[in-house]
Amino acid sequence: MSFAGPEDILLSTSLASYLDKKLLVLLRDGRKLLGILRSFDQFANVVLEGACERVIVGDLFCDIPLGLYVIRGENVVLIGELDSEREELPAHMICVSVPEIKRAQKAEREATDLKGSMRKRMEFLDLD
Amino acid sequence: MLFFSYFKELVGKEVTVELKNDLAIRGTLHSVDQYLNIKLENIKVVDEGKYPHMLSVRNCFIRGSVVRYVQLPPDGVDVDILHDATRREARGS
Repeated sequence: MSFAGPEDILLSTSLASYLDKKLLVLLRDGRKLLGILRSFDQFANVVLEGACERVIVGDLFCDIPLGLYVIRGENVVLIGELDSEREELPAHMICVSVPEIKRAQKAEREATDLKGSMRKRMEFLDLD
Repeated sequence: MLFFSYFKELVGKEVTVELKNDLAIRGTLHSVDQYLNIKLENIKVVDEGKYPHMLSVRNCFIRGSVVRYVQLPPDGVDVDILHDATRREARGS
């Protein structure tokens, strides 16, 4: 990932140590992808095998399978190594089906839009 | 190169990285590269209730382009050395 001098070799921030591991990739649009890292390059372009998108709405979650993914590095925020000895999600969270999580996502989006439009209508009142 | 060298001195120290998406992560600085990509170990997410998906993540790689701040321990910096290095770099370029 970097032009390392001899003293830097031990210090390189390389994704090589993450190869063939199951990872969590956070994207700039807020999506969370999980998958096994198969390839990467200096731009943090990444190939994930067996990728799925973990959608979380409140206490509900669902893993939507995606297959083999190539992610352009500019969209990558963070790549996290999942510790197999720890629970991936808090115990109180409930796994639901894909249609159900999509419904929950839509409801959340509509609630946010409603809040946003109500705020816009109130803004002209200049209450604060 | 200055900040790359500066961060290399901080490897092993505990830092808090705040990202542009407002996620803040505390951890031990494992490594850094010329793009100021950061690898943290033994991380703890600030306000972890808001980010349940990060629960089992112990180590992570953070792309340099998404970092807003890197918060350092107050005694982690020798300000005078940093000043000198900055003056040297400014003179050189």
